[in-house]
Amino acid sequence: MFQAVLNPGALGKASPFCDSYLKAYRLALLSRILDEKFASLYRAGKIHGGVFMGRGQEVLSVSLGMALRPGDVFAPLIRDAAGRLAFGEPLLDAVRTYLGSPQGPMRARDGNVHRGRPLEGLFPMISHLGAMISVVNGALLARRLKGVSGTVGATCIGEGGTSTGSFHEAVNQAAVEKLPLVLVVANNQYAYSTPNSRQFACRSLLDRAHGYGVEGCAVDGTDLEACLKGVGEAVENARAGRGPQLVVARLLRLCGHGEHDDAGYVDAKLKQSPLGRDCLKVAEELMQSRNWAGPEALAAWRSEAVQKIEQAVAQVQREPGPDPFKEVWSALSCRALSEGVEES
Amino acid sequence: MSITYLEAIREAQARALAEDPRVFIYGQDVGAFGGAFKATKNLAKTFPGRVIDAPVSEDAMVGLGVGAAIEGMRPIIEMQFADFSTAGFNQIVNQAATLYWRTNVPCPITIRLPCGGTSGSGPFHSQSMETIYAHYPGLVVLTPATVEDAYSMLLEAVAIDDPVIFCEHKLLYYHLKAEKLPTEALPVGKARISREGRDMTIVAYSAMVHEALAAAEELAGEGFQVEVVDLRSVKPLDTDTVMASVARTGRLLCVGESWPWGGVTAEVIARVVSEGFGLLDAPPRRLNAKDTPVPYHPSLWAAHRPTARSIAGAARNLLRM
Ligand SMILES: Cc1ncc(C[n+]2csc(CCOP(=O)(O)OP(=O)(O)O)c2C)c(N)n1
Repeated sequence: MFQAVLNPGALGKASPFCDSYLKAYRLALLSRILDEKFASLYRAGKIHGGVFMGRGQEVLSVSLGMALRPGDVFAPLIRDAAGRLAFGEPLLDAVRTYLGSPQGPMRARDGNVHRGRPLEGLFPMISHLGAMISVVNGALLARRLKGVSGTVGATCIGEGGTSTGSFHEAVNQAAVEKLPLVLVVANNQYAYSTPNSRQFACRSLLDRAHGYGVEGCAVDGTDLEACLKGVGEAVENARAGRGPQLVVARLLRLCGHGEHDDAGYVDAKLKQSPLGRDCLKVAEELMQSRNWAGPEALAAWRSEAVQKIEQAVAQVQREPGPDPFKEVWSALSCRALSEGVEES
Repeated sequence: MSITYLEAIREAQARALAEDPRVFIYGQDVGAFGGAFKATKNLAKTFPGRVIDAPVSEDAMVGLGVGAAIEGMRPIIEMQFADFSTAGFNQIVNQAATLYWRTNVPCPITIRLPCGGTSGSGPFHSQSMETIYAHYPGLVVLTPATVEDAYSMLLEAVAIDDPVIFCEHKLLYYHLKAEKLPTEALPVGKARISREGRDMTIVAYSAMVHEALAAAEELAGEGFQVEVVDLRSVKPLDTDTVMASVARTGRLLCVGESWPWGGVTAEVIARVVSEGFGLLDAPPRRLNAKDTPVPYHPSLWAAHRPTARSIAGAARNLLRM
């Protein structure tokens, strides 16, 4: 029975869609619990710098990661722990980067959400909003020049980031080159504390797709089914050569901007509106109503996720921190051209 | 046969495109039109699909270059004028310059900056940006002063695995000529003694090398032997060659076309003073442009930047000390 619970296919109710829904939910859940673990480590003073959660955005993010394949390019942003896991980022990468382990991909040189493995198609964000889109464009253009086809590039941004010049330049650039770019905008109603009324004046961010000459679609970011379908279709369209795809999701950030922020400025009415639904709860209700998973399965998945995360955190906490005396203080790969490298 | 500084830049790009399939050029009007200065003339025809017109989007141009570099390409990004690189500044200093250090993945991108003043160009088509970029870790900043260096250093820039800011001086584009392209060259990071002398050292780079050489010639007529050091690359900066020259002459004047606050000339003097104070027989001096935007009118412009005349004047004062 326990096996059957963990493997819903064995219940005989599975369709391919049900399978990916359950897989997506479990990854979204894993990311939620991971974020919560980082938040508690933060409150315990165990994390240097900030913690940025994706609470309320997990099902949107995971849908993008699920739609991508190995070989695609993905440049996630602040609230994309779920999409990262779905794309294949090892759980340990997140933990090592947050805890500053030199064994992580950023080797303690960069932290928290600024992590990636560029050669594996996972591009590490810089903080500057809007700046990753053109980098993904570059990877896609390079592939075209090299004669590689069939891959797409995806990146995420908040509605606040859509106000940057970089965003505009890069979307226009992708449109001009007809690149297979998928750009997912999470309109979570606030950019830090700034509400949408102070961020943009167009009726809908989706109208911008028309302005750039790219295809666009809107999705309800609190609904996993809608996200899997909407984002999945956008990725397929890009892969099929239909050029850049803009996805605009409506949802609400169910946490502070970072863990330092109590988000007291969020309008109570929004929290009570459908936008304020917890996307994981919505998914759980749906799975139960369709008989895809019962309470025992949900509980088992949760405890499995908790265990995985506790294990990873325990492992990384035993890893030694970086040694400033062994650090190579050179920002250039050509050491001979590097200024001020101290010989040891 | 003779070849100009601009032609050398074009030839270097043609050779890079021919020899390395990873190279491509991206910039405004670089394709069929051949670039605002014709630095890519005919290249789009010779290398179809690899010399690509960009929208007027400096930020996205550099970002695209970084993404392509991650994918193993060797992009050359042409800024139409160095001045406009400020619109791509973020991607240069925060994206390109941090990539290797953060991820261990090199970022072989060359960004060509047509820089420096020319008569009548005014505040926004005349700037020298080397100081700004040299300040940031993770960038190599080259400032060729000769036709031969323009050619060999651009080829080297494309071969270097790190981001290179290639500052080519517009004033040298058409007038500076050489007999032929070089077959060998000093490596990047080595300064050159452009003229030997034992009475004082003038350190310069880019177009200022030629002003310094003219000043040295003028001073030779007055019996002074002035040594001129061409830095060639401002980052890395060849402190050893500068120090060795100052050790011979005991006097240092440092000349740059960019603004006086901080910068390459200040850096050279700081290094010489802190590492070789005892070598100096007189206080080191520096000469830069005036601390205003670059003026439009030729007579204002000529007074704004260091010239052979003002350099000779500053050198005379220093020689009297
Ligand atoms: C160019 C730039 N300006 C300012 C910031 C500081 N900043 C970090 S996140 C943020 C708000 C982002 O809002 P949004 O894009 O809507 O994403 P969200 O945080 O809501 O997911 C700001 C202003 C930044 N990272 N980059």
